Amino acid sequence: MTSTATKPVSTLLYRSRRLRLGSLLTLPLVWLVGLYIASLALLLATAFWRVDPFTSKVTPAFQFDAFEQLLSNQAYLSTSLRTLGIALTVTVVSAAFAIPLGIYMAKIASPWMRAFLAVAITLPLWAGYLVKILAMRVTFTEEGFFNSFFGVFGISGPGFSQTTVVLTLTYLWFPYMALPVYTAIRQIPVNLFDASADLGARGWTTIRTVVLPLLAPALIAGSVFTFSLSLGDYIAAELVGGRTQMIGSVIANNINLNPPVAAAFALVPIAFVVVYLLGTRRTGALERM
Amino acid sequence: MLRLTRGARIALGAVVGIVLVFMYVPLMLVIVNSFNAARIPSWPIEEFSLRWWEAAFANQALWTAVGNSVIVGLGAMVIALLLGTLSAFALQRFEFFGKQTVNLLIVLPIALPGVVTGVAFSNTYNNVLEPIGIQLGYFGMIVAHATFCIVMVFNNVFARLRRMSPSMQEASMDLGASLWQTFRLVTFPQFRTAFVAGALLAFALSFDELVVTIFTAPAGVDTLPLWIFNQMSRPNEATQVNVIATVLILLSFIPVYVSQRLTRAQEDER
Repeated sequence: MTSTATKPVSTLLYRSRRLRLGSLLTLPLVWLVGLYIASLALLLATAFWRVDPFTSKVTPAFQFDAFEQLLSNQAYLSTSLRTLGIALTVTVVSAAFAIPLGIYMAKIASPWMRAFLAVAITLPLWAGYLVKILAMRVTFTEEGFFNSFFGVFGISGPGFSQTTVVLTLTYLWFPYMALPVYTAIRQIPVNLFDASADLGARGWTTIRTVVLPLLAPALIAGSVFTFSLSLGDYIAAELVGGRTQMIGSVIANNINLNPPVAAAFALVPIAFVVVYLLGTRRTGALERM
Repeated sequence: MLRLTRGARIALGAVVGIVLVFMYVPLMLVIVNSFNAARIPSWPIEEFSLRWWEAAFANQALWTAVGNSVIVGLGAMVIALLLGTLSAFALQRFEFFGKQTVNLLIVLPIALPGVVTGVAFSNTYNNVLEPIGIQLGYFGMIVAHATFCIVMVFNNVFARLRRMSPSMQEASMDLGASLWQTFRLVTFPQFRTAFVAGALLAFALSFDELVVTIFTAPAGVDTLPLWIFNQMSRPNEATQVNVIATVLILLSFIPVYVSQRLTRAQEDER
Protein backbone atom coordinates (compact mmCIF):
# COMPACT_ATOMS: atom_id res chain seq x y z
CA MET A 1 0.00 0.00 0.00
CA THR A 2 2.84 2.38 0.69
CA SER A 3 3.91 2.42 -2.95
CA THR A 4 0.40 3.36 -3.98
CA ALA A 5 0.51 6.26 -1.62
CA THR A 6 3.95 7.45 -2.63
CA LYS A 7 3.67 6.97 -6.39
CA PRO A 8 0.08 7.80 -7.25
CA VAL A 9 0.72 8.75 -10.89
CA SER A 10 2.79 5.66 -11.66
CA THR A 11 0.23 3.41 -10.05
CA LEU A 12 -2.66 4.99 -11.85
CA LEU A 13 -0.92 4.76 -15.21
CA TYR A 14 0.22 1.23 -14.52
CA ARG A 15 -3.33 0.14 -13.87
CA SER A 16 -4.97 1.74 -16.87
CA ARG A 17 -3.70 0.85 -20.30
CA ARG A 18 -6.02 3.37 -21.88
CA LEU A 19 -4.68 6.16 -19.71
CA ARG A 20 -1.11 5.27 -20.65
CA LEU A 21 -1.90 5.28 -24.36
CA GLY A 22 -3.87 8.47 -23.99
CA SER A 23 -1.08 10.28 -22.21
CA LEU A 24 1.32 9.31 -24.99
CA LEU A 25 -0.91 10.08 -27.95
CA THR A 26 -2.81 13.20 -26.91
CA LEU A 27 -0.13 15.80 -27.60
CA PRO A 28 1.01 14.40 -30.99
CA LEU A 29 -2.57 14.00 -32.15
CA VAL A 30 -3.65 17.47 -31.03
CA TRP A 31 -0.69 18.88 -32.96
CA LEU A 32 -1.04 16.81 -36.12
CA VAL A 33 -4.83 16.81 -36.38
CA GLY A 34 -5.66 20.11 -34.73
CA LEU A 35 -2.99 22.09 -36.53
CA TYR A 36 -1.87 20.23 -39.62
CA ILE A 37 -4.88 18.30 -40.84
CA ALA A 38 -7.16 21.19 -39.93
CA SER A 39 -4.96 23.54 -41.97
CA LEU A 40 -4.97 21.16 -44.94
CA ALA A 41 -8.74 20.75 -44.74
CA LEU A 42 -9.21 24.48 -44.54
CA LEU A 43 -6.96 25.01 -47.55
CA LEU A 44 -8.93 22.48 -49.56
CA ALA A 45 -12.17 24.08 -48.45
CA THR A 46 -10.87 27.36 -49.87
CA ALA A 47 -11.02 25.72 -53.29
CA PHE A 48 -14.81 26.06 -53.14
CA TRP A 49 -14.79 29.65 -51.94
CA ARG A 50 -15.60 32.75 -53.91
CA VAL A 51 -13.26 35.51 -55.00
CA ASP A 52 -14.89 38.90 -55.16
CA PRO A 53 -14.02 40.21 -58.63
CA PHE A 54 -13.73 43.83 -57.41
CA THR A 55 -12.03 43.62 -54.02
CA SER A 56 -10.38 40.21 -54.75
CA LYS A 57 -11.34 39.21 -51.22
CA VAL A 58 -12.13 35.57 -50.62
CA THR A 59 -15.44 34.72 -49.00
CA PRO A 60 -16.77 31.32 -47.94
CA ALA A 61 -19.07 29.78 -50.49
CA PHE A 62 -19.70 26.47 -52.17
CA GLN A 63 -18.98 26.74 -55.86
CA PHE A 64 -16.86 24.93 -58.41
CA ASP A 65 -15.45 27.93 -60.27
CA ALA A 66 -11.86 27.12 -59.36
CA PHE A 67 -12.17 23.57 -60.66
CA GLU A 68 -13.84 24.81 -63.84
CA GLN A 69 -10.96 27.19 -64.38
CA LEU A 70 -8.48 24.36 -63.91
CA LEU A 71 -10.25 22.05 -66.32
CA SER A 72 -10.95 24.64 -68.99
CA ASN A 73 -7.46 26.07 -69.10
CA GLN A 74 -5.10 23.98 -71.19
CA ALA A 75 -2.05 25.42 -69.40
CA TYR A 76 -2.95 23.76 -66.09
CA LEU A 77 -3.29 20.35 -67.71
CA SER A 78 0.01 20.64 -69.55
CA THR A 79 1.73 21.84 -66.36
CA SER A 80 0.45 18.78 -64.51
CA LEU A 81 1.59 16.41 -67.23
CA ARG A 82 4.96 18.15 -67.56
CA THR A 83 5.54 17.89 -63.82
CA LEU A 84 4.55 14.23 -63.83
CA GLY A 85 6.92 13.61 -66.75
CA ILE A 86 9.80 15.38 -65.00
CA ALA A 87 9.24 13.39 -61.78
CA LEU A 88 9.12 10.08 -63.65
CA THR A 89 12.23 10.93 -65.71
CA VAL A 90 14.16 11.84 -62.56
CA THR A 91 13.12 8.51 -61.02
CA VAL A 92 14.14 6.45 -64.06
CA VAL A 93 17.48 8.24 -64.50
CA SER A 94 18.27 7.85 -60.78
CA ALA A 95 17.50 4.13 -60.91
CA ALA A 96 19.53 3.68 -64.11
CA PHE A 97 22.62 5.02 -62.35
CA ALA A 98 21.91 3.62 -58.88
CA ILE A 99 21.86 -0.03 -60.02
CA PRO A 100 25.33 -0.17 -61.66
CA LEU A 101 26.72 1.97 -58.84
CA GLY A 102 25.27 -0.41 -56.24
CA ILE A 103 26.60 -3.49 -58.06
CA TYR A 104 30.05 -1.94 -58.28
CA MET A 105 30.06 -0.96 -54.60
CA ALA A 106 28.74 -4.27 -53.31
CA LYS A 107 30.50 -6.71 -55.60
CA ILE A 108 33.60 -5.20 -57.19
CA ALA A 109 34.93 -2.46 -54.92
CA SER A 110 37.53 -3.25 -52.27
CA PRO A 111 36.38 -2.73 -48.65
CA TRP A 112 38.21 0.59 -48.53
CA MET A 113 36.69 1.75 -51.81
CA ARG A 114 33.25 0.61 -50.64
CA ALA A 115 33.47 2.68 -47.44
CA PHE A 116 34.74 5.65 -49.43
CA LEU A 117 31.88 5.46 -51.94
CA ALA A 118 29.29 5.06 -49.17
CA VAL A 119 30.47 8.32 -47.61
CA ALA A 120 30.80 9.96 -51.03
CA ILE A 121 27.12 9.26 -51.79
CA THR A 122 25.91 10.39 -48.37
CA LEU A 123 27.92 13.59 -48.10
CA PRO A 124 25.98 15.64 -50.68
CA LEU A 125 22.76 14.83 -48.79
CA TRP A 126 23.99 17.17 -46.07
CA ALA A 127 25.34 19.86 -48.36
CA GLY A 128 22.05 21.70 -48.50
CA TYR A 129 19.24 21.97 -50.99
CA LEU A 130 20.02 25.45 -52.28
CA VAL A 131 23.75 24.77 -52.30
CA LYS A 132 23.16 21.99 -54.81
CA ILE A 133 20.84 24.11 -56.95
CA LEU A 134 23.50 26.83 -56.87
CA ALA A 135 26.08 24.24 -57.95
CA MET A 136 23.95 23.36 -60.97
CA ARG A 137 23.52 27.04 -61.78
CA VAL A 138 27.25 27.64 -61.66
CA THR A 139 27.80 24.60 -63.89
CA PHE A 140 25.20 25.26 -66.55
CA THR A 141 24.97 29.05 -66.68
CA GLU A 142 25.52 30.63 -70.09
CA GLU A 143 29.18 31.53 -69.61
CA GLY A 144 29.76 28.84 -67.03
CA PHE A 145 31.85 25.72 -66.74
CA PHE A 146 29.86 23.31 -68.92
CA ASN A 147 29.69 25.52 -71.99
CA SER A 148 33.28 26.58 -71.64
CA PHE A 149 34.58 23.04 -71.10
CA PHE A 150 32.50 21.21 -73.68
CA GLY A 151 32.41 24.14 -76.08
CA VAL A 152 35.85 22.96 -77.24
CA PHE A 153 34.15 19.85 -78.64
CA GLY A 154 31.39 21.92 -80.17
CA ILE A 155 28.86 20.83 -77.53
CA SER A 156 26.71 23.48 -75.93
CA GLY A 157 24.93 22.80 -72.65
CA PRO A 158 21.23 22.81 -71.89
CA GLY A 159 21.41 26.29 -70.34
CA PHE A 160 18.51 26.97 -68.00
CA SER A 161 15.79 24.72 -69.35
CA GLN A 162 13.59 21.76 -68.56
CA THR A 163 16.57 19.43 -69.14
CA THR A 164 18.50 21.31 -66.46
CA VAL A 165 15.53 20.95 -64.11
CA VAL A 166 15.64 17.17 -64.60
CA LEU A 167 19.41 17.14 -64.07
CA THR A 168 19.11 19.30 -60.96
CA LEU A 169 16.34 17.22 -59.40
CA THR A 170 18.32 14.05 -60.14
CA TYR A 171 21.31 15.71 -58.52
CA LEU A 172 19.22 16.54 -55.45
CA TRP A 173 17.48 13.21 -54.90
CA PHE A 174 19.86 10.60 -56.38
CA PRO A 175 21.28 9.52 -52.97
CA TYR A 176 17.77 8.58 -51.81
CA MET A 177 17.70 6.01 -54.63
CA ALA A 178 21.35 4.97 -54.50
CA LEU A 179 21.48 4.12 -50.79
CA PRO A 180 18.55 1.66 -50.57
CA VAL A 181 19.60 0.01 -53.84
CA TYR A 182 23.17 -0.46 -52.59
CA THR A 183 21.94 -1.82 -49.23
CA ALA A 184 19.63 -4.26 -51.01
CA ILE A 185 22.42 -5.59 -53.24
CA ARG A 186 24.66 -6.09 -50.22
CA GLN A 187 21.92 -8.07 -48.51
CA ILE A 188 21.59 -10.59 -51.32
CA PRO A 189 23.11 -13.84 -49.95
CA VAL A 190 26.47 -14.63 -51.54
CA ASN A 191 25.47 -18.21 -52.26
CA LEU A 192 22.83 -17.00 -54.69
CA PHE A 193 25.62 -15.60 -56.82
CA ASP A 194 27.60 -18.82 -56.41
CA ALA A 195 24.60 -20.93 -57.39
CA SER A 196 23.94 -18.75 -60.42
CA ALA A 197 27.58 -19.01 -61.50
CA ASP A 198 27.66 -22.77 -60.90
CA LEU A 199 24.64 -23.16 -63.11
CA GLY A 200 26.63 -21.49 -65.84
CA ALA A 201 25.18 -17.98 -65.78
CA ARG A 202 27.49 -15.21 -66.91
CA GLY A 203 27.63 -11.91 -65.08
CA TRP A 204 24.93 -10.08 -67.01
CA THR A 205 22.59 -13.07 -66.84
CA THR A 206 23.00 -13.19 -63.06
CA ILE A 207 22.34 -9.47 -62.79
CA ARG A 208 19.26 -9.69 -64.96
CA THR A 209 17.71 -12.84 -63.50
CA VAL A 210 18.91 -12.79 -59.87
CA VAL A 211 19.82 -9.25 -58.82
CA LEU A 212 17.17 -7.15 -60.54
CA PRO A 213 14.11 -9.09 -59.30
CA LEU A 214 15.46 -8.90 -55.74
CA LEU A 215 15.99 -5.15 -56.11
CA ALA A 216 12.34 -4.32 -56.74
CA PRO A 217 11.49 -3.34 -53.12
CA ALA A 218 14.56 -1.09 -52.86
CA LEU A 219 13.81 0.53 -56.21
CA ILE A 220 10.24 1.19 -55.12
CA ALA A 221 11.36 2.62 -51.77
CA GLY A 222 13.86 4.89 -53.52
CA SER A 223 11.35 5.94 -56.14
CA VAL A 224 8.94 7.15 -53.45
CA PHE A 225 11.54 9.78 -52.57
CA THR A 226 12.73 10.68 -56.07
CA PHE A 227 9.16 10.80 -57.39
CA SER A 228 7.35 12.68 -54.64
CA LEU A 229 10.20 15.10 -53.91
CA SER A 230 10.51 15.96 -57.61
CA LEU A 231 6.77 16.25 -58.05
CA GLY A 232 6.38 18.86 -55.33
CA ASP A 233 9.44 20.92 -56.18
CA TYR A 234 9.22 24.25 -57.90
CA ILE A 235 12.34 26.06 -56.68
CA ALA A 236 14.55 24.18 -59.15
CA ALA A 237 12.20 25.17 -61.97
CA GLU A 238 12.35 28.77 -60.81
CA LEU A 239 16.13 28.94 -60.44
CA VAL A 240 17.45 26.74 -63.26
CA GLY A 241 14.38 26.08 -65.39
CA GLY A 242 14.23 29.20 -67.50
CA ARG A 243 10.52 29.41 -68.27
CA THR A 244 9.70 25.91 -67.05
CA GLN A 245 6.62 25.88 -64.81
CA MET A 246 5.77 23.07 -62.48
CA ILE A 247 2.70 22.36 -60.35
CA GLY A 248 4.29 24.05 -57.34
CA SER A 249 4.98 27.21 -59.35
CA VAL A 250 1.30 27.55 -60.19
CA ILE A 251 0.25 27.04 -56.55
CA ALA A 252 2.84 29.51 -55.26
CA ASN A 253 1.96 32.14 -57.87
CA ASN A 254 -1.77 31.93 -57.29
CA ILE A 255 -1.95 31.75 -53.51
CA ASN A 256 -2.28 35.52 -53.14
CA LEU A 257 -3.98 36.38 -56.42
CA ASN A 258 -6.52 33.59 -56.59
CA PRO A 259 -6.50 31.35 -53.48
CA PRO A 260 -9.31 29.05 -54.66
CA VAL A 261 -7.39 28.11 -57.82
CA ALA A 262 -4.19 27.54 -55.82
CA ALA A 263 -6.08 25.38 -53.33
CA ALA A 264 -7.79 23.38 -56.04
CA PHE A 265 -4.51 22.86 -57.86
CA ALA A 266 -2.87 21.68 -54.62
CA LEU A 267 -5.12 18.65 -54.92
CA VAL A 268 -3.19 17.51 -58.00
CA PRO A 269 0.17 16.72 -56.33
CA ILE A 270 -1.67 15.35 -53.28
CA ALA A 271 -3.57 12.99 -55.58
CA PHE A 272 -0.42 11.95 -57.45
CA VAL A 273 1.52 11.27 -54.23
CA VAL A 274 -1.36 9.40 -52.57
CA VAL A 275 -1.95 7.23 -55.66
CA TYR A 276 1.77 6.51 -55.90
CA LEU A 277 2.03 5.68 -52.18
CA LEU A 278 -1.01 3.40 -52.31
CA GLY A 279 0.38 1.70 -55.41
CA THR A 280 3.72 1.06 -53.75
CA ARG A 281 2.14 0.09 -50.45
CA ARG A 282 0.55 -2.91 -52.09
CA THR A 283 4.02 -4.19 -52.91
CA GLY A 284 4.99 -4.05 -49.23
CA ALA A 285 8.20 -2.17 -50.03
CA LEU A 286 7.45 0.65 -47.60
CA GLU A 287 7.59 -1.62 -44.57
CA ARG A 288 11.34 -1.83 -45.02
CA MET A 289 12.03 1.87 -45.20
CA MET B 1 30.85 -14.74 -56.66
CA LEU B 2 29.51 -12.54 -59.36
CA ARG B 3 31.54 -13.32 -62.47
CA LEU B 4 31.92 -10.33 -64.69
CA THR B 5 34.00 -9.92 -67.81
CA ARG B 6 36.75 -7.34 -67.89
CA GLY B 7 34.65 -5.19 -70.16
CA ALA B 8 31.70 -5.31 -67.77
CA ARG B 9 33.88 -4.33 -64.83
CA ILE B 10 35.27 -1.39 -66.77
CA ALA B 11 31.76 -0.33 -67.80
CA LEU B 12 30.55 -0.43 -64.19
CA GLY B 13 33.63 1.48 -63.05
CA ALA B 14 32.92 4.09 -65.71
CA VAL B 15 29.38 4.58 -64.39
CA VAL B 16 30.77 5.10 -60.88
CA GLY B 17 33.21 7.64 -62.34
CA ILE B 18 30.40 9.52 -64.08
CA VAL B 19 28.33 9.58 -60.88
CA LEU B 20 31.23 10.93 -58.84
CA VAL B 21 32.07 13.60 -61.43
CA PHE B 22 28.40 14.61 -61.66
CA MET B 23 28.11 14.81 -57.88
CA TYR B 24 31.34 16.56 -57.01
CA VAL B 25 32.46 18.76 -59.92
CA PRO B 26 29.51 21.17 -59.46
CA LEU B 27 30.25 21.42 -55.73
CA MET B 28 33.92 22.12 -56.44
CA LEU B 29 32.87 24.81 -58.91
CA VAL B 30 30.92 26.52 -56.14
CA ILE B 31 33.94 26.46 -53.85
CA VAL B 32 36.29 27.76 -56.54
CA ASN B 33 33.80 30.41 -57.59
CA SER B 34 33.65 31.85 -54.10
CA PHE B 35 37.16 33.15 -54.88
CA ASN B 36 36.12 34.49 -58.27
CA ALA B 37 36.54 38.24 -58.41
CA ALA B 38 33.89 38.55 -61.15
CA ARG B 39 30.24 39.21 -60.45
CA ILE B 40 28.94 36.30 -62.51
CA PRO B 41 30.20 32.70 -62.23
CA SER B 42 31.99 32.79 -65.59
CA TRP B 43 34.49 30.11 -66.54
CA PRO B 44 37.47 30.07 -66.76
CA ILE B 45 38.05 32.34 -63.77
CA GLU B 46 40.18 35.31 -64.74
CA GLU B 47 40.94 36.87 -61.41
CA PHE B 48 40.87 35.39 -57.94
CA SER B 49 40.07 37.45 -54.89
CA LEU B 50 38.81 37.26 -51.34
CA ARG B 51 36.50 40.21 -51.71
CA TRP B 52 33.25 38.19 -51.53
CA TRP B 53 34.49 36.36 -48.44
CA GLU B 54 35.18 39.68 -46.74
CA ALA B 55 31.84 41.07 -47.88
CA ALA B 56 29.95 38.00 -46.65
CA PHE B 57 31.54 38.02 -43.21
CA ALA B 58 30.80 41.72 -42.83
CA ASN B 59 27.20 41.23 -43.94
CA GLN B 60 24.95 41.76 -40.93
CA ALA B 61 21.80 40.55 -42.72
CA LEU B 62 23.49 37.23 -43.43
CA TRP B 63 24.44 36.70 -39.80
CA THR B 64 20.92 37.58 -38.66
CA ALA B 65 19.59 35.00 -41.10
CA VAL B 66 21.96 32.36 -39.72
CA GLY B 67 20.80 33.21 -36.20
CA ASN B 68 17.16 32.87 -37.20
CA SER B 69 17.83 29.49 -38.81
CA VAL B 70 19.50 28.23 -35.65
CA ILE B 71 16.63 29.44 -33.43
CA VAL B 72 13.95 27.96 -35.68
CA GLY B 73 15.94 24.72 -36.05
CA LEU B 74 16.38 24.33 -32.30
CA GLY B 75 12.74 25.18 -31.59
CA ALA B 76 11.47 22.72 -34.19
CA MET B 77 13.91 20.11 -32.90
CA VAL B 78 12.69 20.36 -29.30
CA ILE B 79 9.02 20.09 -30.30
CA ALA B 80 9.78 17.23 -32.68
CA LEU B 81 11.74 15.38 -30.00
CA LEU B 82 8.81 15.57 -27.62
CA LEU B 83 6.07 14.67 -30.11
CA GLY B 84 8.18 12.15 -32.05
CA THR B 85 9.23 10.24 -28.93
CA LEU B 86 5.70 10.21 -27.49
CA SER B 87 4.21 8.86 -30.71
CA ALA B 88 7.01 6.32 -31.16
CA PHE B 89 6.25 4.89 -27.71
CA ALA B 90 2.51 4.86 -28.41
CA LEU B 91 2.87 3.09 -31.73
CA GLN B 92 5.55 0.67 -30.61
CA ARG B 93 4.12 -0.36 -27.25
CA PHE B 94 0.40 -0.46 -27.99
CA GLU B 95 -1.99 -2.07 -30.40
CA PHE B 96 -5.01 0.10 -31.02
CA PHE B 97 -7.62 0.96 -33.59
CA GLY B 98 -6.38 3.49 -36.13
CA LYS B 99 -2.69 2.80 -35.55
CA GLN B 100 -1.96 2.81 -39.30
CA THR B 101 -3.72 6.15 -39.62
CA VAL B 102 -1.61 7.72 -36.88
CA ASN B 103 1.49 6.41 -38.63
CA LEU B 104 0.30 7.99 -41.89
CA LEU B 105 -0.39 11.27 -40.08
CA ILE B 106 3.20 11.45 -38.92
CA VAL B 107 4.62 10.75 -42.39
CA LEU B 108 2.17 12.97 -44.26
CA PRO B 109 3.81 16.37 -43.61
CA ILE B 110 7.00 15.19 -45.27
CA ALA B 111 5.33 13.10 -47.98
CA LEU B 112 3.25 15.99 -49.26
CA PRO B 113 5.01 18.71 -51.25
CA GLY B 114 6.44 21.53 -49.14
CA VAL B 115 4.42 24.05 -51.10
CA VAL B 116 1.16 22.38 -49.99
CA THR B 117 2.24 22.30 -46.33
CA GLY B 118 3.51 25.87 -46.47
CA VAL B 119 0.43 27.26 -48.18
CA ALA B 120 -1.86 25.38 -45.78
CA PHE B 121 -0.17 26.85 -42.71
CA SER B 122 0.03 30.37 -44.09
CA ASN B 123 -3.64 30.17 -45.01
CA THR B 124 -4.52 29.22 -41.43
CA TYR B 125 -2.27 31.90 -39.93
CA ASN B 126 -3.47 34.72 -42.16
CA ASN B 127 -7.13 33.89 -42.65
CA VAL B 128 -8.12 32.20 -39.39
CA LEU B 129 -5.81 33.11 -36.53
CA GLU B 130 -5.06 36.70 -37.48
CA PRO B 131 -8.71 37.79 -37.78
CA ILE B 132 -9.37 36.47 -34.27
CA GLY B 133 -6.36 38.34 -32.94
CA ILE B 134 -3.74 35.60 -32.69
CA GLN B 135 -0.44 36.66 -34.24
CA LEU B 136 1.91 33.69 -34.31
CA GLY B 137 4.61 35.56 -36.23
CA TYR B 138 7.98 34.00 -35.63
CA PHE B 139 6.51 31.08 -33.71
CA GLY B 140 4.35 30.14 -36.70
CA MET B 141 7.49 29.30 -38.63
CA ILE B 142 8.70 27.04 -35.80
CA VAL B 143 5.30 25.30 -35.62
CA ALA B 144 5.37 24.55 -39.36
CA HIS B 145 8.95 23.27 -39.23
CA ALA B 146 8.30 21.09 -36.18
CA THR B 147 5.38 19.43 -37.96
CA PHE B 148 7.51 17.90 -40.71
CA CYS B 149 10.43 17.19 -38.34
CA ILE B 150 8.39 14.84 -36.10
CA VAL B 151 8.84 11.95 -38.51
CA MET B 152 12.65 12.11 -38.20
CA VAL B 153 12.59 11.58 -34.44
CA PHE B 154 9.73 9.12 -34.70
CA ASN B 155 11.51 6.88 -37.24
CA ASN B 156 14.71 6.71 -35.24
CA VAL B 157 13.17 6.13 -31.83
CA PHE B 158 10.57 3.69 -33.18
CA ALA B 159 13.21 1.55 -34.89
CA ARG B 160 15.25 1.42 -31.71
CA LEU B 161 12.29 0.58 -29.45
CA ARG B 162 11.46 -2.34 -31.69
CA ARG B 163 14.80 -3.89 -30.84
CA MET B 164 14.57 -3.19 -27.10
CA SER B 165 13.23 -5.81 -24.77
CA PRO B 166 10.52 -4.57 -22.37
CA SER B 167 11.67 -6.99 -19.65
CA MET B 168 14.27 -4.53 -18.28
CA GLN B 169 11.56 -1.97 -17.63
CA GLU B 170 9.30 -4.56 -16.06
CA ALA B 171 12.15 -5.57 -13.79
CA SER B 172 12.71 -1.93 -12.86
CA MET B 173 9.04 -1.42 -12.02
CA ASP B 174 8.93 -4.68 -10.07
CA LEU B 175 11.80 -3.38 -7.98
CA GLY B 176 9.69 -0.39 -7.05
CA ALA B 177 10.86 2.33 -9.40
CA SER B 178 8.28 4.84 -10.56
CA LEU B 179 7.47 5.28 -14.25
CA TRP B 180 9.63 8.39 -14.43
CA GLN B 181 12.55 6.74 -12.63
CA THR B 182 12.30 3.76 -14.96
CA PHE B 183 12.21 5.99 -18.00
CA ARG B 184 15.14 8.11 -16.83
CA LEU B 185 17.38 5.32 -15.56
CA VAL B 186 16.46 2.29 -17.65
CA THR B 187 14.57 3.13 -20.84
CA PHE B 188 16.13 6.39 -21.96
CA PRO B 189 19.78 5.25 -21.81
CA GLN B 190 18.82 2.40 -24.15
CA PHE B 191 17.52 4.63 -26.92
CA ARG B 192 19.71 7.68 -26.31
CA THR B 193 21.70 7.37 -29.55
CA ALA B 194 18.52 7.05 -31.60
CA PHE B 195 17.19 10.12 -29.78
CA VAL B 196 20.33 12.11 -30.63
CA ALA B 197 20.29 10.91 -34.23
CA GLY B 198 16.66 11.96 -34.53
CA ALA B 199 17.47 15.36 -33.03
CA LEU B 200 20.32 15.88 -35.46
CA LEU B 201 18.19 14.93 -38.45
CA ALA B 202 15.30 17.12 -37.30
CA PHE B 203 17.59 20.12 -36.87
CA ALA B 204 19.25 19.54 -40.24
CA LEU B 205 15.90 19.17 -41.97
CA SER B 206 14.64 22.43 -40.49
CA PHE B 207 17.91 24.26 -41.11
CA ASP B 208 17.73 23.35 -44.80
CA GLU B 209 14.01 23.98 -45.36
CA LEU B 210 13.13 26.66 -47.85
CA VAL B 211 9.65 26.18 -49.29
CA VAL B 212 7.68 25.96 -46.05
CA THR B 213 9.67 28.94 -44.75
CA ILE B 214 8.81 31.05 -47.80
CA PHE B 215 5.14 30.86 -46.84
CA THR B 216 5.35 30.93 -43.05
CA ALA B 217 8.16 33.40 -42.28
CA PRO B 218 6.84 36.71 -40.95
CA ALA B 219 7.53 39.73 -43.14
CA GLY B 220 11.10 40.96 -42.92
CA VAL B 221 12.46 37.83 -41.26
CA ASP B 222 15.00 35.79 -43.23
CA THR B 223 16.29 32.34 -42.42
CA LEU B 224 19.53 31.32 -44.10
CA PRO B 225 17.87 29.41 -46.99
CA LEU B 226 15.45 32.29 -47.48
CA TRP B 227 18.33 34.77 -47.62
CA ILE B 228 20.22 32.60 -50.13
CA PHE B 229 17.08 32.17 -52.22
CA ASN B 230 16.45 35.91 -52.34
CA GLN B 231 20.03 36.51 -53.42
CA MET B 232 19.82 33.82 -56.09
CA SER B 233 16.63 35.32 -57.45
CA ARG B 234 18.65 38.41 -58.31
CA PRO B 235 21.32 36.74 -60.46
CA ASN B 236 23.84 39.57 -60.49
CA GLU B 237 24.00 39.87 -56.74
CA ALA B 238 24.60 36.22 -55.97
CA THR B 239 28.31 36.64 -55.30
CA GLN B 240 28.24 36.17 -51.53
CA VAL B 241 26.04 33.11 -51.97
CA ASN B 242 29.04 31.14 -53.25
CA VAL B 243 30.87 31.97 -50.03
CA ILE B 244 28.11 30.82 -47.71
CA ALA B 245 27.53 27.74 -49.91
CA THR B 246 31.22 26.87 -49.58
CA VAL B 247 30.95 27.13 -45.80
CA LEU B 248 27.85 24.89 -45.86
CA ILE B 249 29.63 22.29 -48.01
CA LEU B 250 32.52 22.20 -45.54
CA LEU B 251 30.10 22.02 -42.58
CA SER B 252 28.40 18.99 -44.13
CA PHE B 253 31.40 16.91 -43.10
CA ILE B 254 30.33 17.30 -39.44
CA PRO B 255 27.02 15.39 -39.60
CA VAL B 256 28.61 12.67 -41.74
CA TYR B 257 31.33 12.28 -39.12
CA VAL B 258 28.83 12.33 -36.26
CA SER B 259 26.55 9.79 -37.94
CA GLN B 260 29.52 7.47 -38.48
CA ARG B 261 30.33 7.79 -34.79
CA LEU B 262 26.69 7.20 -33.82
CA THR B 263 26.52 4.07 -35.96
CA ARG B 264 29.59 2.78 -34.18
CA ALA B 265 28.15 3.71 -30.78
CA GLN B 266 24.93 1.91 -31.67
CA GLU B 267 26.86 -1.21 -32.61
CA ASP B 268 28.68 -1.05 -29.28
CA GLU B 269 25.42 -0.71 -27.36
CA ARG B 270 23.93 -3.78 -28.93
